[in-house]
Amino acid sequence: MKKTAIFGALTIAGLAAGAAAAGTLDDVKARGKLNCGVTTGLVGFAAPDANGKWEGFDVAVCRAVAAAVLGDGDAVEFVPTTGKTRFTALASGEIDVLARNTTWTFSRDVDLKFNFIGVNYYDGQGFMVPKALGVSSAKDLDGATVCIQTGTTTELNLADFFRTNNISYEPVPIETNAEAQQQYLAGACDVYTTDASGLAATRATFETPGDHILLPEIISKEPLGPLVRHGDDEWGDVVAWTLYALIAAEELGVTSANVAEIGTSTNNPEIKRLLGTEGTLGEMMGVDADWAAKAIAVGGNYGEIFAKNIGEETPIGLARGLNAQWTNGGLIYAPPFR
Amino acid sequence: MSDTHAESIRFVRETTLPQAEPPVAERGVYKWGRENLFATPGNALLTLVALYVIYVVLSAILPWLLNGVWNASSLSECREILAGETGGCFAVLVDRWQQLLFGFKYPSDEYWRPALAFVLFFVAAAPVLFFDLPRKMLAFTAVFPFLAYWLIWGGPVLVPVVALVGVVVGYLAYARLVTQSFAGGFFGGIAAAAVTWIIGGYIVDWVSGPSSLLRAVPSRDLGGYMLNFMLGVTCVSLSVPFGIALALGRQSSMPLIKWVSVVFIEFIRGVPLITLLFVASVMLAYFFPPDSNVDLFLRVVIMITMFSSAYIAEVIRGGLAALPKGQYEAADSLGLDYAQAMRLIILPQALKISIPGIVNIAVGLFKDTTLVSVISMFDLVGMIRGPILASTDWNGVYWELLGFAALLFFVVCYGISQYSQWLERRLATDHR
Repeated sequence: MKKTAIFGALTIAGLAAGAAAAGTLDDVKARGKLNCGVTTGLVGFAAPDANGKWEGFDVAVCRAVAAAVLGDGDAVEFVPTTGKTRFTALASGEIDVLARNTTWTFSRDVDLKFNFIGVNYYDGQGFMVPKALGVSSAKDLDGATVCIQTGTTTELNLADFFRTNNISYEPVPIETNAEAQQQYLAGACDVYTTDASGLAATRATFETPGDHILLPEIISKEPLGPLVRHGDDEWGDVVAWTLYALIAAEELGVTSANVAEIGTSTNNPEIKRLLGTEGTLGEMMGVDADWAAKAIAVGGNYGEIFAKNIGEETPIGLARGLNAQWTNGGLIYAPPFR
Repeated sequence: MSDTHAESIRFVRETTLPQAEPPVAERGVYKWGRENLFATPGNALLTLVALYVIYVVLSAILPWLLNGVWNASSLSECREILAGETGGCFAVLVDRWQQLLFGFKYPSDEYWRPALAFVLFFVAAAPVLFFDLPRKMLAFTAVFPFLAYWLIWGGPVLVPVVALVGVVVGYLAYARLVTQSFAGGFFGGIAAAAVTWIIGGYIVDWVSGPSSLLRAVPSRDLGGYMLNFMLGVTCVSLSVPFGIALALGRQSSMPLIKWVSVVFIEFIRGVPLITLLFVASVMLAYFFPPDSNVDLFLRVVIMITMFSSAYIAEVIRGGLAALPKGQYEAADSLGLDYAQAMRLIILPQALKISIPGIVNIAVGLFKDTTLVSVISMFDLVGMIRGPILASTDWNGVYWELLGFAALLFFVVCYGISQYSQWLERRLATDHR
């Protein structure tokens, strides 16, 4: 910010000639900061606290990547993006990685030219009903009025679900989540449907959360994960394996508490390879040998991050469910570090 | 004389009676109430209905307002304190007031800087708004934009100084050349200013070290109501001169100037503001290389200024059209040239007619600055919709936050509207 805005405008033409052609990893190292796209605010996933420090489940991924590359979990410039600006921000190079609970779909991956480098949260569309309704399964919802956000995939999923099960419903179209909360609480609809994590977060804000239940059915697949631009595979590898390192750390029992010493004290060769006390994994990727150890030290392993931001101890209170380790019957699974 | 009628008349009043008070029904609150509230059965009915409505509204709002909780750390704590009673959770305002006013990234130990700039703004605006004040105060008004820039953004003090010097040099060149021709003065002034800025830019880069008196704060860290206010003030004050130029351009007899103005105005008026904002935030990033960081604040200011100057141009054109043709002819017959005629005769009258329209646009523009929240700038509404409602502590607090935002906007917009009414009364020296 040395130059004023005026000088900036005057010198655009001069700068336009010198667009950088180096890889993103080198850019990030040279800049000393990771530009990470997040939401403008979603409970539990990304929001600044009272002191302006970003916190949340998606934010933790950004911090881990920054720690792996730059050695400092705070060397992140968080760029808030809306649902409309997120993809252009990534495509134009304004951000290096987008961690904004974005659903991995075919067209985003192929047509928009992004690479989803993994899944950090398996979401799905669910239903919330008042306990007083006495319903225990979505299949009992014959004839119910359903609050649904218009123009979303959830609307189509809902129609499919009710048609497959041959039951009827009456949609109450609403625009935003805030409006949905009000409508649902005012009794304008019997059921509110959206992503299960969103339902849990919404329910957590009610005066009496205990009066409302989430039905067990999940009627769609919403794998959420961080993504990078097509065509820079070295950078994609760094982000992907940082996420896998967090996941593998939970599986191997590496936590933020023991990460400092377990690398030398353990006999498990995979932990040694992961934490860089053995082998040359970091060097292969172009980062420090202890990159994974730094990433884990910032916010802990995947399980710790989950528990701290959206787990059952928090007001949001999400169970691990599909997001448990594969050893516990979930889908969270990291390829071997070898 | 009194003896004369002593027999025939039993009593003669010799003094005037002291004035009695009017009957109870004909004075004070009774009279007022009878005449205004219960004049006819229909009026009486309406009064009763109105009283009932007021009662219903107040009985809903007052307990919420008076029973509000001001000290709590989260919504759930608020609810525990209230224990089921009605009451607002105003603790969110206490907890997050800095974020609502300054955004969540402005360094908290530097809050005095925008606050000082805000106070100085009134000093700078006063001589422009109230022309009874001494004209010498205008000197401060001229310096204020550069001072405010330095206070809010910080960084090397040379930057605003160079910008100010450039303006002064440009003005001197203009004053020198304008005696020969207006166009020469205009373009000469701009060229002189540009040269000064470019040279000054190198000097700033060369001289200033990493340390500076005031810590630099990037535009991205601005937010809250401060952002709305800055956008509103900058864009309104920039768009009035541009609007005047466009309105005159549209009336010009020179085809090029006329058509450029017409196309600009009609194009901008045909596009929604939100589209322009998306262009500013999203599309421009494609046109420039990733490293060239044309400030987002500047991009937004340009777009909003373009938008509102097109509207103001049309309002002023209405004022120009309302002037009798005789005014133009009178100016010509006095031998004034175009610039003099406009400055001395036409514009003072046309602008006076346009005041309500300009104020209308200004108020609308000020509220439109909240639209920047859709391009992920954290203005007041963006702060509420994004970070504050998305925090685990305060998710679910709607009325208190949005009511606070409405209050802040109402204060400013009502102030603008009151000022414009004062101005109209003050200027009403004509035959109307």
